[in-house]
Amino acid sequence: MKYSYSVGCKLENLKDLRNFIRDSLGKHGVTEIYVSEIVLALDEMCSNLMIHAHHCNPKDMLEVNIEINAGKPLVFEIIDDGSVFDINQFAEPDLNNLVHDKRKGGLGIRLVKSIMDKIEYTQMSGRNVCRLQKEVNL
Amino acid sequence: MIHIKRLQEDGADVLALVGEIDASSSIDLDLAIARSVGEGFTKILIDCSSLEYISSAGLGVFMSYIEEFKEKNIRMVLFGMNQKVANTFEILGLNELLQITASKAEAKQKLV
Repeated sequence: MKYSYSVGCKLENLKDLRNFIRDSLGKHGVTEIYVSEIVLALDEMCSNLMIHAHHCNPKDMLEVNIEINAGKPLVFEIIDDGSVFDINQFAEPDLNNLVHDKRKGGLGIRLVKSIMDKIEYTQMSGRNVCRLQKEVNL
Repeated sequence: MIHIKRLQEDGADVLALVGEIDASSSIDLDLAIARSVGEGFTKILIDCSSLEYISSAGLGVFMSYIEEFKEKNIRMVLFGMNQKVANTFEILGLNELLQITASKAEAKQKLV
């Protein structure tokens, strides 16, 4: 089963995106704690893209796909046309450094890497595809 | 969307977070804490019992005050988180860096 959602790059749209993810996963009996972690990880990915690759231009669109197949890991795709923002290229900041520098950023990447099993970037028809995987028991 | 209700109890400033904190609303949390500090409060309680969601933007706000609060001897305790919100803090180990309790009574004890 595949679910798709298109969202303009405006931070106020994140709430509806989270609801789309919750609803899609909820239909397949994904447990609540997994749902909340996945919602969080995709929120982090999309807000990063909105801010850093699209400068919150609401005319720029992100496409979010969720693929749910029994016996397979959940697959999430985030597709956009912006500059590539590859979180694998970013070192996870040390928590103590974050505290010391009073920095507010850097935590999102840590969260995504902790939650998702696999994060890959590819190009498809000139668009950026970020594919994330998460193994859950359905 | 986040609503922040504010009241004072036993000399502590209590900020009750109602709703969701994400990249669009974390600024409101930041401003509320900054206002509390600006008004000279040295005891700040964060009531999370109606906080439904928090992303890294909100976690980052709490983190960014840790050092300043140490320097100024300001105590901040978060309490009443639901399991999902608590899990978000735990994934990053922030429960080790911040003062978090289950109930308001326990939170107040940490201020004494």
